[in-house]
Amino acid sequence: MKKIFKIGLILTTVFSITLLHSCREDEYIFGTEVASRGEPNPDAKVLGFYMLNEGNMGMNRASIDFYDFRAAQYKTDIYSEANPNVVKELGDVGNDIKIYGDKLYAVINVSNKIEVMDKWTAKRIKVIDVPNCRYMAFHKDKAYISSYAGKVSIDPNAEIGFVAEIDTVTLELKRKVTVGYQPEEMVIANDKLYVANSGGYRVPNYDRTVSVIDLETFEVIKTIDVAINLHRMAIDKYGFIYVSSRGDYNKIPSNVYIIDSRTDEVVKNMNTGASEFCMSGDSLYYYRVEWSWAAGGNAINFGIIDTRTQEVITDQIIKDGTEKDIMIPYGLAINPETKEIFVTDAQNYVVTGYVYCYSPDGYLKWKTKAGNIPAHFTFLE
Amino acid sequence: MQPLKKIILCGCFGLLPLISQAQSKLDSLQYLQEVVVTAKPFEAVIPVQTLSGDILQTLSVHSVADALRYFSGIQVKDYGGLGGLKTIDVRNMGTHHVGVFYDGIELNNAQNGTIDLGRFSLDDMEELSLYNGQKSDIFQSAKDFSSASTVYLRTKRPQLLDGKNTNLIVRYKTMSINFNNPSFRFEQRLSPKVTMSASGEMIKSNGRYKFRYKRRNLDNTLAYDTTAIRKNSDIESYRFETALFGRLEDGGWDAKAYFYSSNRGAPGAIVANKFEDGFRQKDYNIFAQGNYTKDFTDRYHFQFKGKYAFDKMHYIARDVTDFMGEETTQGAQFDDSYYQQEVYTSMINMYNITDWWDVSASVDFQWNKLNANRKGINTPFSYPVRYTVLGAVATSFNLNKFKAMVSVNGAFVHEKVKNNTKAPDKKELSPAIFLGYKPFEDVDFNLRAFAKRVFRMPTFNDLYYAQVGYSNLKPEYMNQFNVGFTYSMPFEHTIFDQFTIQSDAYYTETTDKIIAAPTGNLFRWMMSNIGKVKGKGVEASADLDFHFGPVNLNAHASYAYTTQRDYTKIAGKPLSSYGDQIPYTPWHSGSSIVTANYDGWHVNYSFIYVGKRYNGAFNNIPKNKVQPWYTHDISLQKKIPFKHFKLTAAVEVNNLLNQHYEVIYNYPMPGRTFKFNIGIEL
Repeated sequence: MKKIFKIGLILTTVFSITLLHSCREDEYIFGTEVASRGEPNPDAKVLGFYMLNEGNMGMNRASIDFYDFRAAQYKTDIYSEANPNVVKELGDVGNDIKIYGDKLYAVINVSNKIEVMDKWTAKRIKVIDVPNCRYMAFHKDKAYISSYAGKVSIDPNAEIGFVAEIDTVTLELKRKVTVGYQPEEMVIANDKLYVANSGGYRVPNYDRTVSVIDLETFEVIKTIDVAINLHRMAIDKYGFIYVSSRGDYNKIPSNVYIIDSRTDEVVKNMNTGASEFCMSGDSLYYYRVEWSWAAGGNAINFGIIDTRTQEVITDQIIKDGTEKDIMIPYGLAINPETKEIFVTDAQNYVVTGYVYCYSPDGYLKWKTKAGNIPAHFTFLE
Repeated sequence: MQPLKKIILCGCFGLLPLISQAQSKLDSLQYLQEVVVTAKPFEAVIPVQTLSGDILQTLSVHSVADALRYFSGIQVKDYGGLGGLKTIDVRNMGTHHVGVFYDGIELNNAQNGTIDLGRFSLDDMEELSLYNGQKSDIFQSAKDFSSASTVYLRTKRPQLLDGKNTNLIVRYKTMSINFNNPSFRFEQRLSPKVTMSASGEMIKSNGRYKFRYKRRNLDNTLAYDTTAIRKNSDIESYRFETALFGRLEDGGWDAKAYFYSSNRGAPGAIVANKFEDGFRQKDYNIFAQGNYTKDFTDRYHFQFKGKYAFDKMHYIARDVTDFMGEETTQGAQFDDSYYQQEVYTSMINMYNITDWWDVSASVDFQWNKLNANRKGINTPFSYPVRYTVLGAVATSFNLNKFKAMVSVNGAFVHEKVKNNTKAPDKKELSPAIFLGYKPFEDVDFNLRAFAKRVFRMPTFNDLYYAQVGYSNLKPEYMNQFNVGFTYSMPFEHTIFDQFTIQSDAYYTETTDKIIAAPTGNLFRWMMSNIGKVKGKGVEASADLDFHFGPVNLNAHASYAYTTQRDYTKIAGKPLSSYGDQIPYTPWHSGSSIVTANYDGWHVNYSFIYVGKRYNGAFNNIPKNKVQPWYTHDISLQKKIPFKHFKLTAAVEVNNLLNQHYEVIYNYPMPGRTFKFNIGIEL
């Protein structure tokens, strides 16, 4: 009997010690972690870049990192510390980040908002509620935001998306124009806004058009038939718009088309796919990730299109073989000053991802852990 | 927090009931007079945990899922809210590896493989038990052999004692959050050999409760502290079931019909700028099942089971908001209905070759069909139909000191689809061996060990879900190894009545784990067999029955230590989380229950502790850490006998210390709630 009590006493002690060490504690805001990466460049004119980590849906894990070229430091999650009073931090699923004027804009898709911040401090200036917002473009004193949201209809996902106009001074919503189904990226040329419509909710009846909007009247003046499931857009200095089609992820591969902004006609089919691209000078850098049933995995390619000849000039950007470490490339950017190449790795979209920095000739300079689904860059000059 | 305060807040309550129970064996014995009593010589060979009788009824929880949390090794994934989904995971091997049996026949969901145990109320439950490996019995269907662990829900059977021919119980429950739950149970003797029961309940609640998010700055000043109301967690549900029980010469039969319908909010994650959403789910579940047992000779025993089930699930996602003066949609819209049907039969044969050697063979046949009606979706639906033949052969030896059970089960699966590519036929075999050894004649100390391999077939969603499913998926395999012991100590002439303890250590390995692999587009995943997980752990539970004069007490405590680590590589590359503990797997978890009975009074105290774990972001980094949670529940019940009826009244407090916790990240749980129950028994 005494033995039992003894055992009981020992167990009690062990149990209570365990509990003591395993009680709840006060929860703190997410802190920034600083990692030294690369070589400091004290004379850098491009001071750094902001990286928007999308964060997996439902996890409320969109976050903003900052890389400082002068100090060669990568800082994760700077938003939470800069805005400690914002309830539940940046939000759910970041989708775009851009600097315009003195402001930093982040599009947070599932949180249905555009977070407008000071570009130097990342402190909140204002929140603009836009349901199911996707991408932004800027022109003069206006910002344009594309959105999947649309007027409620009986048939699910028959709603037609819109582009909204925001005054970049007052940060007020101004006008709205209905475009195609599930609009994505936009570019601006000759006071016209071009919107790539995906129809991504309407599989297999994808949208296949680019809507052209007159920014004066804010009306659709033309709809250009291109290809199914359009996504990315970039414009070169000659007025040619590159638009990517995601294909149907099955029989129809992804592809890139060129639209001439003077005639608003498709002038070329590149016959090469792209998941993401980034315009830098006369080079359009791209990568492509395509699921291959034959290989039972993803086929990944990197390349450059020369915008002067509109031809692929290389299908190899990374020269040291380290691109094989990248599980899923999910973001691409070129430093406008140094032409360094930045690629993100989203891993399996669930775990912590990576940012890779390559020299302009394609050799790995550094790599760092970012947040969950690192995806979108914007450079601070 | 101050250390002292810490001890008071989480220590004291936890350690009170340290050594601890045996769940009112008296009750089950009494009631067993009505049922065929079978000896269970293999009970000690296989790890089993049971909750039954009074303890189950006075545990201040509502659903089966909540009660199962008291078993060591079970984790309940609870999305909060009254209408929220609750699924269980045993030894963190994954929901798909738990078989859930309702009165002897498995509950199935061929579409996604998960059973929402939040919808099964405890009102009519007689006993819940969890077996690791499989049930300690070879006279069972092939299905019973086929899961890595198995939970049995056994509903009450008519308890018509002392010549009574009718029982009627009417109950009503309400809570401090809006909640109304009237229910009834009726039992009737139809003939000397046939009894029937019927029971039903309604639950209606607006599901609104307060939750709180609070964070501090690194310098300890307040960053934010916000309290809001959980919305869209309302529920209106109806359950009705009826059963017939018959006794035969050398056997018995039963048949039951079950109906459930609910209309509930499916509350989503609480994320910045979006604290409510409008997803709705409507369910209709109907099944009818029967069981027939006969001992044809002293040596040959036969059992037949049959079931038909129809499930309809209607899911509507429709969030709207006002934008620039117009009502617009928010996220993707869904209006999908899924219809599942199942036919199941099983024939079970057992033969006693000698008094120490039994053999059994069983064959199950199952047919599943999934139809769908998805508004606005134009991809062709597969309309899959699956034919499954399961077979099992088993043998058991009982040489007093040494006991053994060996079984092999196999499955043959054939599918048909109307559209898309059908999955190829599958043939699988998997073995299991269980050994028990009792070293001392006069001491109730038993050693046990088992090794079991199981497979789980891909679900219809894994194979055919539009653009994600992959019809060439292989089954997922799970190897489980276990060693353990049980020890039971009787007492005489002391305040103690009985003390039992059991403990097991295990190792698990999942290969070809079915997971969603990434593709180039975030919205696109591909189901694949690339997952690999390895786990090990130790579980212990102890029960103590004791008394102080006329006050009977029993105490139960359980503890589990688990590691379950992910070693998945994608295209040969390790993920950044390689080797990390998988999401929502606490290293430490435990529970305790203490009950006391005195003269119609019944007091129950229960405590649950779930330690530190990491959320769905996977990497074991500070940012992904989820705080431990622990709740204290207390209930007080009084039974008052009157001349013609018996009145039962109970008051319960759940989450006594009003802890604002989350089981699943961004899905807040209710704080302190009071519950009031009243029942009249005729």
